[in-house]
Amino acid sequence: MKSAKDRFRFILTLIMVFAVISFVTGVFVACQKKQVIKITAKKFEYSPNVIRIKKGVPVVLEFSSLDSVHGFTVPDLGGVRATIEPGKVTQVRIVAPKAGTYEFHCDLFCGDGHEGMTGKIIVEE
Amino acid sequence: MKIDRRDFLKLMGMGSAILVLGPHSLAGAATTKAGQDDFFFVQLSDTHWGFNGPQINPDATGTLKKAVAAVNSMKSQPDFVMFTGDITHTTDDPKERRKRLAEARDIIRGLKVKNIKFMPGEHDAGLDNGEAFQEYFGKTHYTFEHKEVYFIVIDNVSDPTSSITDTQLQWLSAELKKLDKDSRIVVFTHRPLFDLYPNWDWWTRDGAKAVDLLMPYKNVTVFYGHIHQEHHHMTGHIAHHAAKGMMFPLPAPGSVPKRVPIPWDSAKPYSGLGYRRVEAKVEKAEYVLTEYPIKKG
Repeated sequence: MKSAKDRFRFILTLIMVFAVISFVTGVFVACQKKQVIKITAKKFEYSPNVIRIKKGVPVVLEFSSLDSVHGFTVPDLGGVRATIEPGKVTQVRIVAPKAGTYEFHCDLFCGDGHEGMTGKIIVEE
Repeated sequence: MKIDRRDFLKLMGMGSAILVLGPHSLAGAATTKAGQDDFFFVQLSDTHWGFNGPQINPDATGTLKKAVAAVNSMKSQPDFVMFTGDITHTTDDPKERRKRLAEARDIIRGLKVKNIKFMPGEHDAGLDNGEAFQEYFGKTHYTFEHKEVYFIVIDNVSDPTSSITDTQLQWLSAELKKLDKDSRIVVFTHRPLFDLYPNWDWWTRDGAKAVDLLMPYKNVTVFYGHIHQEHHHMTGHIAHHAAKGMMFPLPAPGSVPKRVPIPWDSAKPYSGLGYRRVEAKVEKAEYVLTEYPIKKG
């Protein structure tokens, strides 16, 4: 038979274990929480069209279209691309391994002005 | 690999000519057949009928007509004329799109030569998957044979993702299987099949798959448009030749931050605009390209 003292120690240990787990999980989640940048697309521009991020830090670009279907691609970032449809939120996760400027553009022909629908991602150290 | 122009560029008369060495010439192992006739055709590209921008081209309604008149004035007429896309400038309005397609078609009907081949650019077909284009100019991908040269027209614009698509690639594969490995093959596309400059969308997303299908064939040459300037490139033994446009020139790939049209130079009107004569030396599988400028008048 365990004594009341033993039961108290056991419960206390359990509480401490849960506390440690909760703390570690909280720190982990906080670390994993990605930066989200909202971007709107419309004929024939992205807003914002200059995005600054940190090297090696995951970022989620959250697109929404204000008119028709548009595309998004960054050829020099592993060819990441997305189709941005009106009425939907489209998320694109990017991680830039190197500092520098990466051009992006609409890769779904969207009309007279499509060629100018561009932007840049500036990756800082 | 870029073609070294110094190796074989020569100037002739009013246009510059490039003797394009075919794979046979490079390998020195030509397979010749008796009775193969030489001939020439004209490549016209990116006429952008309907474009409006006086700073870029104050004669926007004149250049296509001038090209038609210039081809008609050639001493000998081409066997055919090929339009490699962007015949019209894009518009969101389907009615206006059809109006532009009809007007361009009617002007082009003024050519003396009646064997005229068409294919779309993204301005003609990118907003409606080629629906309106087909009403006026027919199929967007097809083959034809002329004097033992096999011409393959590949549509890499009707799908808005700049893709040929698997369905068309299967068709291409089936068409190629009908040909001998040493057949003379000429491919027409609008966009480059290789990654010329993806940052400006100067590529075809699945173009490498088409090049892979073409690679086993010894004599393949690709003519394309889209980039509004003369450009020559090799992928293995396959030569790719971009043509000038008829409405406005574009900067060299990656030479400036944005791919915007080069403004009109009143000191050099029509500079950067032109069309191309392609003389096919069928037996040798060689092509002589002659570039002609648009002229005043």
